[in-house]
Order: sequence, then structure tokens, then C-alpha cells
Amino acid sequence: MSAGVAATLVAGGLAAADPSVALPLQSGLGAVGDLVFGVLLWFLEQWYWLMDWAYYVTGLEMLNPRYRFMHRAILVGLCIGVMAPLIGTFLVHRQLALIGDALAHTGFAGVAVGLFLNAVIDLGVSPYLTAVVVAMIAALFIELISEVTDAYNDVSMAIVLSTGFALGTTLISLNAGGLAVGVNQFLFGNLSTVSPQSAAILLVLFAVIVGTVAVTRNQLLYVTFDETAAAVSGISVNWYNRVMVMLTAMVVVGAMQIMGVILVAAMLVVPVAGATQVSRSFSESLVVSVALAELAVLLGIAVAYYGGVTAGGAIVLVAVGIYVCAVALGKVQSVRGERDPPDMGSIDADGADVGTGAEGDR
Amino acid sequence: MSTQETDPVTAAVTDDRATTETSPDDTASEPVIDLESVTFGYTATPVVEDVSLAIDPGEYVAVVGPNGSGKSTLMQLMLGLLEPDAGTARLFGERADRFDDGERVGYVAQQASAAQEMPITVREVVKMGRFPHVGFGRLSSEDWDIVDDALVTVGMSAFADRRVTQLSGGQRQRAFIARALASEADLLVLDEPTVGVDAESVDAFYDLLAALNAEGISVLLIEHDLGAVVEHADRVVCLNREVYFDGPTDEFVESDALARAFGTEARFLTGKNG
Repeated sequence: MSAGVAATLVAGGLAAADPSVALPLQSGLGAVGDLVFGVLLWFLEQWYWLMDWAYYVTGLEMLNPRYRFMHRAILVGLCIGVMAPLIGTFLVHRQLALIGDALAHTGFAGVAVGLFLNAVIDLGVSPYLTAVVVAMIAALFIELISEVTDAYNDVSMAIVLSTGFALGTTLISLNAGGLAVGVNQFLFGNLSTVSPQSAAILLVLFAVIVGTVAVTRNQLLYVTFDETAAAVSGISVNWYNRVMVMLTAMVVVGAMQIMGVILVAAMLVVPVAGATQVSRSFSESLVVSVALAELAVLLGIAVAYYGGVTAGGAIVLVAVGIYVCAVALGKVQSVRGERDPPDMGSIDADGADVGTGAEGDR
Repeated sequence: MSTQETDPVTAAVTDDRATTETSPDDTASEPVIDLESVTFGYTATPVVEDVSLAIDPGEYVAVVGPNGSGKSTLMQLMLGLLEPDAGTARLFGERADRFDDGERVGYVAQQASAAQEMPITVREVVKMGRFPHVGFGRLSSEDWDIVDDALVTVGMSAFADRRVTQLSGGQRQRAFIARALASEADLLVLDEPTVGVDAESVDAFYDLLAALNAEGISVLLIEHDLGAVVEHADRVVCLNREVYFDGPTDEFVESDALARAFGTEARFLTGKNG
């Protein structure tokens, strides 16, 4: 598990991994996929090594090297804690909090499609991959409906949500009973079923999401704050909305592994709602929401491990607790803040930089 | 309102125009906004019918009309936010709905359009005015200087780090005006910009518009307050589905277009027409 493994792993990553996991990808995605997967597995090895080290330093039982699944769950949780509030911030401030829920349920349909195809034609793909594809198609569909009707509305989202869930349950019931047992893992999430393969998928989603937001942050901010002015300033609002819903679909499916279909939307909304209470600026609210989400994820996973409860539920409960604290803190802040209203300068017709009464603010 | 060499906003505006208009003669001959028999309706009934008008660079034009007269719709057609059912709308010589040179247009909306509960500071709002210039990149220190100058110009420097949601309606509107200033546009489009702004600041605001117009920036004002229009704009377009009047403000005051468009109750608040 040392760094020396690195060189051999890129080449022989698939051989080093559990062959039953690697085989389907090997046949499905070809050489490029193998290479990417190998790199990601190498990254996972480094992560294990870091976690082992953390175990020897802290002595925390949940980091025990025997529990590789916990190491993967923590990695996945940390990634979710960054990308869910990152996307959620842009959604919540457009009153789109519900879209995460709708996409999670279509993601469930995607899982069912994957399980169904695996059972019927022995396709051998991860259900999470089919979930990503189906959820992204549904996301585009919601966006196109809203472009045609000129409004996001509760009704169309409710329809997409129930259609997704109905499709999922129908497909699953079509299969032999054996499959129904495995469905709980997707509905409620599970720490112990985070395989190296699904961790690798999540890392790819993470890179795509964070990279896209980093590049298009200006445009996303403008579209979120003031869609009309953004359109006037030459930003293609429809395109950025499409990008946004596709990213949402990726986050939702990525987070589904440990949060489950039913609770995944909470990670998009609750930390952002908490950050909104205490933040003054937009950039501050982004940082605070990520911090709150990470706190909720780590505490929640710990509670789940030591308390023997479902991780998704524990994380959401912790997140809601943090939100309540943030609301209280926000009230205290606003009471204290109102004591020092600054003087407003006058509008200066000559645009001059002196004599406006613009008292030195910095 | 003459050009002042020391004035940072003015200087920046002049610089920008010098760089963007490499051939001033071509641009001068080309209307900023050009509508040719534009018709548009959300349903089968047209809201705007057979409107033709051209706005030349440097003009100060006000569009007036009663509620529901299609003023805002006409503005959206001009900006390319809507596509005409018939006729053509051009912005800087390009089809308005395909126009993407956003740095040439600054826009101040009626305040309802922006997100209401978002945590965002005044400076972050004004910063958006620079986005058409920086694209995917970061704001340079020059961009930040322009942002700060715009804040000074509207008298909001002391509020730069305040959350927009904590401001009064008038203060928020000043922030949006600063954002339009920061964009250093060739054309400013303002949709009832002074709603909620206190009376004293309204006068100062119109003086600011006049000063910008004197620098060569075209101003298009959608306005409900006839008094303000008559006092400040050079040219008035009176609209009620169709164009009832299009010409110099003086002639508009003398004409009966107002009575025809608004009905007989309309009066200029300034009392200029008795």
C-alpha cells in the first residue's frame, strides 16, 4: 500500500483490483476507460494509505484498515460535501430546490434500468452509470419543458418525479424477486456497498462538476441572480440552465450511493439554506455551505458507524441540526448588524471621484 | 456636464469607446437600435404592432405609454429577449435575438427581476457589470477600479460590502444602476429605473443620465413618469400598441399624442402643457 505501488498500478490497475468488478468495465468502455479507471484506482490506493495513517494517529475505530469500505465511504462523502452545496447554491437561489428531488427519483429509474438490463441481457454495467444517463436525460427534459413554457413549475417537476419513481418500481417488479432485495441500497444509501468501481465513478463526476463550475462561475452567478440582465449581457441563459440541470443530475446520482434516492436532495438544499442565514456575500455563502456540508457528512458517517444507523438519515439529521444553529446565529448577527447603518452618498452626476460624501469604506 | 479630464468614469467610458469603435464613421451611420415594422404578441392579439423606429448613437430617447401599452415588450424586442412575430429588430446592426456582444449594452430593470433572498453584496452585484468583459476569466485590478468608481458615482461606496437584501428599494436600484455603469456600455437601457428611489435622488439620477449621454452614450428610457421624460429626454416615443408619436420632446408636448394614447385624463406632471 505504499507509494511504490503507484507505477505498477497504472498499468496493472485492473489486475490489482477485484477482477469481478473490473471485468465489466474492461469489456464495456475500452482502453481509455481502462486507463482512467486504473488511475482512479491508484488514487484510491493513496487515499487508503492516508486513511491508514489517520487511523494510526487518531486511533478511531471507523478508520481501521480492515474496513476499506469505510475509507471509500468517507472519500465519497467528502466529495459529496463539496459538490452538492456547490450546485445547490445556484439551485436554491433560483427557487429550484425541488429539482434535486425530481432528478433523484429519475435516477432511481435509471438504477432500475441498469439492474433490468444486467438481468435480461447480461450487460454488466454499474447501475450508477445508467442512473447518470437517465437522470441527465430527464434533466434536459425538464429544462426543455421550462424553455417552452417559459417557467419552471412545481407541476412539471412533480410529474417528472413521480414518473421516474413509477418507472423504477415497475421495472424492478418485472425482475425476479432477488433483485428487490438490492433496491434498499439505492433507496436509502449504504456505506458498506461503496465499491471501488462506484467510488471511481464518483471521482469522475466530482472532477467534471467542480471543473465546470470553476470555469463558468461568472456566468452561473449572473444567470442565477438576474436572468434578464444576464441575457442582455450576452450570456446564453438557456445553455447555462441546461449545464446547470445536467450537473445537478450528476451530483444527485453521485450522492445517491450513500445518501439514497429519498434523502439525496437534502444535501443540495440544507447546507445552502444554513449558509444563506449567516453569509453576507455570495462567495462567502459558497465556502460556508461547503464547510457545513462537510461537517454534516463527517459527523453523520461517524454517527452511522458507531450508532449502527443508516448513513443517509444520520447525515441529513446532523445537517438539519447545523441549519437550526445557523438560523439562530443569523438572527444574532442581524440584530447586532443593525446598529451601524452607514451614510449613503449622493448620486454624482459628474461621475467625479471627490466630494460625493462617499465616506472611506476601506 | 462637460467632459472632465480628471473624471475616472468619463475617462474610462471615453477610452472604451475609442477602442471598440475603430471606425467611428461606420458606427455613427449605423443605428444603435433599428426596428422595422415589428409586430409581436404573446397570443394571437399583438401587444406591439407595426412599430418602426431607429435610434442613432448618442440619442436620449424615452418610450412612454400607459400600463399595458407594450413598453416593456418593445424593450425586450429591442434587446433580443423576444423575437418579433413579423418585421426585424436590430441591435448594433445585428439581429437582436442573436446579438451576443453584451459589453455594448447596459441594462437596469424594474427591481422585481433579480433574486430576492440571495446572499450577495453590493460590490458583487456591481461586479457582474464586468462579466461581459472578462468572460470566463477573473476580474483584473482595473476591472475592480471600474467597479469601485461606479459605486462612488451612485453614492453607494459605504454600502459596498452590505448584503443587497438588507437594502431599501431605492438603494438596491442604485446598485443596479452602478452595475450598468460598470459595464461601460455604448447603450444604456433602463426600464422604469427610478421606481422606489427617493425624489431627491431621482433628480440626481437623471442628471447622471444626462452626463453619460453627453459623453456619447445612447440612452433608452422606458418611463412611466411623464414629467421626468419631458424634462430630460431629447426624443419621445409614445406607444400604445402602435407608435402614436415619435419626435423631439418639445413637439410631443405640443401634440395631442398623449391624449390619444393615454385617454383624455393624462397630464404632464410638470404642467408644461397647461
